[in-house]
Amino acid sequence: MANPSSASAGHEKYYVPESSSLAVRATIGLILSVFGAAMVLNDMTFGGAEESSTSVWVLTAGLVFFIFTLASWFGTAIRENLAGMNSSQLHQSYVLGMFWFIFSEVMFFAAFFGALLYVRQFVGPWLAGEGEGGRMNGLLWPGFEFAWPPMTTPQEIVGGVDSQVIANNGAFVSQEKSMAPADAHAWYAWLPMWNTLILLSSSATVHVAHTAILAGNRKKFNRWLGITVGLALIFLGLQAAEYYEAYVLYGLTLNSGIYGSTFFMLTGFHGFHVAMGMTMLLIQLVRSVRREHFTATDHFGFEASSWYWHFVDVVWVFLFLFVYIL
Amino acid sequence: MGEHHHGPAQGISRWLFTTNHKDIGTMYLWFSFAMFLLGGFFAMVIRAELFQPGMQLVEPGFFNQMTTLHGLVMVFGAIMPSFVGLANWLIPMMIGAPDMALPRMNNWSFWILPPAFLMLASTLFMEGGAPAFGWTFYAPLSTTYAAPSVTFFIFAIHILGVSSIMGSINIIATVMNMRAPGMTYMKMPLFVWTWLITAFLLVAVMPVLAGAVTMMLMDIHFGTSFFSAAGGGDPVLFQHIFWFFGHPEVYIIILPAFGVVSQIIPAFSRKPLFGYASMVYATASIAFLSFIVWAHHMYTVGMPIAGELFFMYATMLIAVPTGVKVFNWISTMWRGALSFETPMLFCIGFLILFTLGGFTGLMLSIAPADFQYHDTYFVVAHFHYVMVAGAVFSMTAAVYYWLPKWCGRMYNEAMGKTHFWISFIGFNITFFPQHFVGLAGMPRRIPDYALQFADFNMMSSIGAFIYGASQLLFLYNVIATVLAGKPVSDEKVWDGAEGLEWTVPTPAPYHTFEEPPAVPKPAGTI
Repeated sequence: MANPSSASAGHEKYYVPESSSLAVRATIGLILSVFGAAMVLNDMTFGGAEESSTSVWVLTAGLVFFIFTLASWFGTAIRENLAGMNSSQLHQSYVLGMFWFIFSEVMFFAAFFGALLYVRQFVGPWLAGEGEGGRMNGLLWPGFEFAWPPMTTPQEIVGGVDSQVIANNGAFVSQEKSMAPADAHAWYAWLPMWNTLILLSSSATVHVAHTAILAGNRKKFNRWLGITVGLALIFLGLQAAEYYEAYVLYGLTLNSGIYGSTFFMLTGFHGFHVAMGMTMLLIQLVRSVRREHFTATDHFGFEASSWYWHFVDVVWVFLFLFVYIL
Repeated sequence: MGEHHHGPAQGISRWLFTTNHKDIGTMYLWFSFAMFLLGGFFAMVIRAELFQPGMQLVEPGFFNQMTTLHGLVMVFGAIMPSFVGLANWLIPMMIGAPDMALPRMNNWSFWILPPAFLMLASTLFMEGGAPAFGWTFYAPLSTTYAAPSVTFFIFAIHILGVSSIMGSINIIATVMNMRAPGMTYMKMPLFVWTWLITAFLLVAVMPVLAGAVTMMLMDIHFGTSFFSAAGGGDPVLFQHIFWFFGHPEVYIIILPAFGVVSQIIPAFSRKPLFGYASMVYATASIAFLSFIVWAHHMYTVGMPIAGELFFMYATMLIAVPTGVKVFNWISTMWRGALSFETPMLFCIGFLILFTLGGFTGLMLSIAPADFQYHDTYFVVAHFHYVMVAGAVFSMTAAVYYWLPKWCGRMYNEAMGKTHFWISFIGFNITFFPQHFVGLAGMPRRIPDYALQFADFNMMSSIGAFIYGASQLLFLYNVIATVLAGKPVSDEKVWDGAEGLEWTVPTPAPYHTFEEPPAVPKPAGTI
């Protein structure tokens, strides 16, 4: 187990934790998870082994083990801090760690935004025969015209999977209605707009909570942090409702060509990050309510979670702009 | 608990549970060497098949698996982890820190690597075989036409990315936060500078690679159409995303090598590095430019002419900061009191051969000319000059240079020099002829070839076997040194070596700095 020894009060200026089994445990959890996930997916797609239940067990065991290890890891870090072992230098290392972690997340989303913009700017027009990339249109996808959101796929235009000239993976069936504002029933029933308002407000409420803890006002802190978690929950609920709408009512699925692909991947990964951010904030709330953690000067767990929350919020603003509006 | 000046724990738990940057560095270095031998073995299979025209040893499908795994293992398993290992060992010692900033995460970054590569290697034994689409895994080869094992490949890449990102965050936090008082940014050794910039590149592009393989995963298993024109996507989109990662990746590999060379050449020239500040700025410029040149890997894919021109000129621009670096290294040696121990030999080998690789890179950057060179052995020759003679030579130099400091024993100099000369000659016999066959039109990733290429290919194969064998000599030398080398106790193993790592006892103690050291003298002053 981790027995951090760094500061037996004041002797060492530097923090070096003692050896710890956390890393190896987290490795076992992570590797079991991905190995199990790969097995599950292969059984699903390539009709693999009869023992597909084994793969589900590997995946589940890996995830459970991983989550417990993470919990014990963060618990260790919290205990060290409460025991007064953390120097301001270590605190600064945590700050840098969180900042660059969020930066890496930004770059992850950049890949998907990049894909979306590239498709809209270049691929779509080329498939429709425009510009220098469009010379093959007459041979491969005659008759395909491009608009955003695309209400049809090149495959459908030429008459389905069997009629396409080049091999491709699967059938792409376009949606009946898109998620664009023009396709909404009425402006007040357009969920993305409400979600935008909710998420923007939650960024404000988490900021109020932050000012409250800076002023040492725990009651106010708890209240506003609680409101933030509530807003996050509402956001996720509306997102689920929107997915239901898309899948069941609009026929918009992952198989709906590039529009469905980009829509679900961007909103899906964002939603996943909202769930993660909400979990982080919820844990901070529980810590504050049940254990009276955090003071005006020592509340990094909350601060880091709130940065993450602002990041999730900013991603949504871009998402709202490029996925829904423009 | 609570005991302070503790040494390493006993037995296997020392390595499993360690939070010590030297232990973790050692594990990275040994792991990368094992991967180097594995990837080297794959290369030997490739060269054995290409020894003569016609089908010799392996099936074409298996040949493709070999080229794929050779590239993946060498890039992600050998070169990258070796420099991370070097960073772990050296950065804390060079900047006067007790350890890395986040030691437990450091251990995690290492330990997820071996199982990830085990997973990747296990694909060789799966139905349909290992990935066979080249280390660049272009869609639709890697999606529509891939063997089921591609799913394991995708998750292996995810894990490698996680490892790299955590390792880089750790390095950034260490360099920004743990420098001893007085160790200002512009006093940092160049190796630390190049790694700081490399770590930034890694944090910026590894998530993009994760995005690319995630899109592949979705296309394969969940019916999305990112890389399918039939659904409105585009296989070329894959290439753009991949190379947005892939080009910075090239500099991720070579920048730490620049750092190593910038440490070693001054030591054996007995002169401070010429143009320290310009070295820092050149490194930063190369890193910036690496983000806006990616499509020079895709000139023949059918880009608009404006794109071809932009990427061509931007690529050529990289020659400027790189030229600054080569100029500075040569100027460092100019009128220096040179001596030619093994590390210096490898650095000079690096300097000559990397510059050659840079020049062929310049040739490839010319879009209209690249239409001829694209996907030929000329490209293979080019990137092996920068990857092997660049990154691997400098890594080898680093091991010879710092090994006495690490283990307190001196390697066998005669054997080291022999290793250098066999490597240098073997390398050039292997890869120089590939320029010629490439220019004459021999395509890469093909198990068979026209008769006109036979002689040069046989030369290449013989050279490869020589180069490969010389690495076993290296392995022997290192093991013999660690176990029974002549003990050295001077703090400064090399009389010309400068920097904080040469102020601590030899071998370096388990915990280097308990308290911040005094920074002796600026690394760059002349």
